[in-house]
Amino acid sequence: MNNLGSAPLPELSAEDHVRGPADAPLLIEYGDLECAYCAALHARIEELRERTPLRVAYRHFPVRSAHPRAWAAACATEAAGLQGRFWEMHDAVLADQGRMEDPHLWSLAERLGLDLDRFEADRRGEEIAARVRADFTGGVRAGVVTTPTVFREGQAFSGAGLRSMVAGWLPI
Amino acid sequence: MSPLGAGASVPPFSLKRAGDATFTETDLPGKTTVLVFYPFAFSPVCTDQLSLYDDLREEFTAQGATLYGVSCDSVWAQTAFKQQLGVEIEQLSDFEPKGATCQAFGVYHPGGFPQRALVIIGPDATVKWSYQADSPGDLPGANLIFDGLQAT
Repeated sequence: MNNLGSAPLPELSAEDHVRGPADAPLLIEYGDLECAYCAALHARIEELRERTPLRVAYRHFPVRSAHPRAWAAACATEAAGLQGRFWEMHDAVLADQGRMEDPHLWSLAERLGLDLDRFEADRRGEEIAARVRADFTGGVRAGVVTTPTVFREGQAFSGAGLRSMVAGWLPI
Repeated sequence: MSPLGAGASVPPFSLKRAGDATFTETDLPGKTTVLVFYPFAFSPVCTDQLSLYDDLREEFTAQGATLYGVSCDSVWAQTAFKQQLGVEIEQLSDFEPKGATCQAFGVYHPGGFPQRALVIIGPDATVKWSYQADSPGDLPGANLIFDGLQAT
């Protein structure tokens, strides 16, 4: 990571993990899988997605000093992604943040039917580390400080502003 | 009140380090120092800010810069805060006389705590760049510090 000065939010690309209809409003989330606020946002967004068209892109922003297992969890979801199961692993990790040690990640991988040897090699590999680092760096350069931070039409929302934005999306 | 701007000489100041040592203007020459003024230990937004900066210590070091957190909390509170966060960034206390260094740098909030501000001091002990958030609740991204370091 050499240049971490300001830069625009990276455009959505084929590298991004995105779900939801292509023509739906887009939210780009920078999240940390060990962050309780990210889990709460995830639950709320999934509720919204059941009720209204919404497109969500997820980018990694693991803050290791605050969340020692966040980086490993991010890499595990990417490793699952290489076997076509990114979102399933993402959802499973966020649903059970109290269990994020290696044996728990192996157990999740097994439950998803992944090739465990490949999963284990991939999640520790440089390709995935570079991928997670690229997400993180892009977030730093776009001014992300806290998780979750969500960009909607180029505007960043976090903290109370994010809660209000999401709460106001549809009447509860 | 606004923070000392680029080109300003750093005034004499004295901040407490853990272990009862002091950090003063005599510690500045010959290196690049980033003072990260934050309102309170243990307030959630400070936590996020320092955790992120701590994750980027290697990158700041590569730019020749050393970061210090500065607040009006006591050394003991700062030490507990640092331990709870698990961060390495050294904390400096402006506890007594309360806020004297913050006032000297132009970053003392009328409410009795530091503004959320960043000050980069060059090896010649003059201010190279500074930034103050619009409100203490706004978190300056690490990107701003890298911008400031590249501008100096």
